[in-house]
Amino acid sequence: MELTTIVFYVFAAITLIAGAIVVFSRSIVYSAFALLFAFFGVAGLYVLLMADFLAVTQLMIYVGAILVLLIFGVMLTTRVIDVQMRTGTIHVLPALLIVAALAGVLVHVLVSTDWKVLPELFTPEETAPQIGTALLTTYVLPFEVASVILLVALIGAAMIARRERKV
Amino acid sequence: MPPMNDWLTQPGLTHFLVVSGILFSLGVFAIITRRNAVMVLMGIELILNAANINFVAFSRFTTGTFDGQVIAVFVIILAAAEAAIALAIVLNIYQMFNTVNVDEINQLRD
Repeated sequence: MELTTIVFYVFAAITLIAGAIVVFSRSIVYSAFALLFAFFGVAGLYVLLMADFLAVTQLMIYVGAILVLLIFGVMLTTRVIDVQMRTGTIHVLPALLIVAALAGVLVHVLVSTDWKVLPELFTPEETAPQIGTALLTTYVLPFEVASVILLVALIGAAMIARRERKV
Repeated sequence: MPPMNDWLTQPGLTHFLVVSGILFSLGVFAIITRRNAVMVLMGIELILNAANINFVAFSRFTTGTFDGQVIAVFVIILAAAEAAIALAIVLNIYQMFNTVNVDEINQLRD
């Protein structure tokens, strides 16, 4: 067995087990910390797919920013004093059936489809310069729109969260 | 499809797609069953990650260009914006209703 195969299975297992803990854990804090490992596993999969820039971006933005935001959300909206960190679940059984059917159909379709895989896999020497060039040439309009969206989201989030409440 | 033994030892496009499919299903499960709005957000993040794995896997195995990776960068950007806005809304809901359980919040007005 090659090394990349073992590494793939390790990262896939990390991602899926952590994802399952996120979904099934009773404590929201456990879920938040399991999400860290899920993001880390996905970053490992990116490295295996020769997307090193994306892997670093994933670690910085998901683990460094989004996860911290989520944990802030947990801390600010849960009554820590009551030790009410548990989160309720609703209609678990029907959801389990539907999601199991969904996963089964998805996996069956993905496995049975005859994908047109390239004879020579895409193995770039470096990815950051090419992604930067693509962002400023082919994708310059989405790039600018994304920057405006980030600005709007920043201002909007600050406005919504700090809105003065009339008592 | 190549023989089973060969298929297991050589991770190809299908393996990454299957991982992403299962991750997507887990995210859907979180969104359906959890009552806490922050947990619903975590489910959305799982789904976005699953989609991103697909983009990058197709970029490596079928298209052979950087398009998939660039789209994945945009998805990450939008996920960051979405998380910030959604958490601001969740904080506001908490101040107003003193709960973030999505099944107990049933009015839009004050």
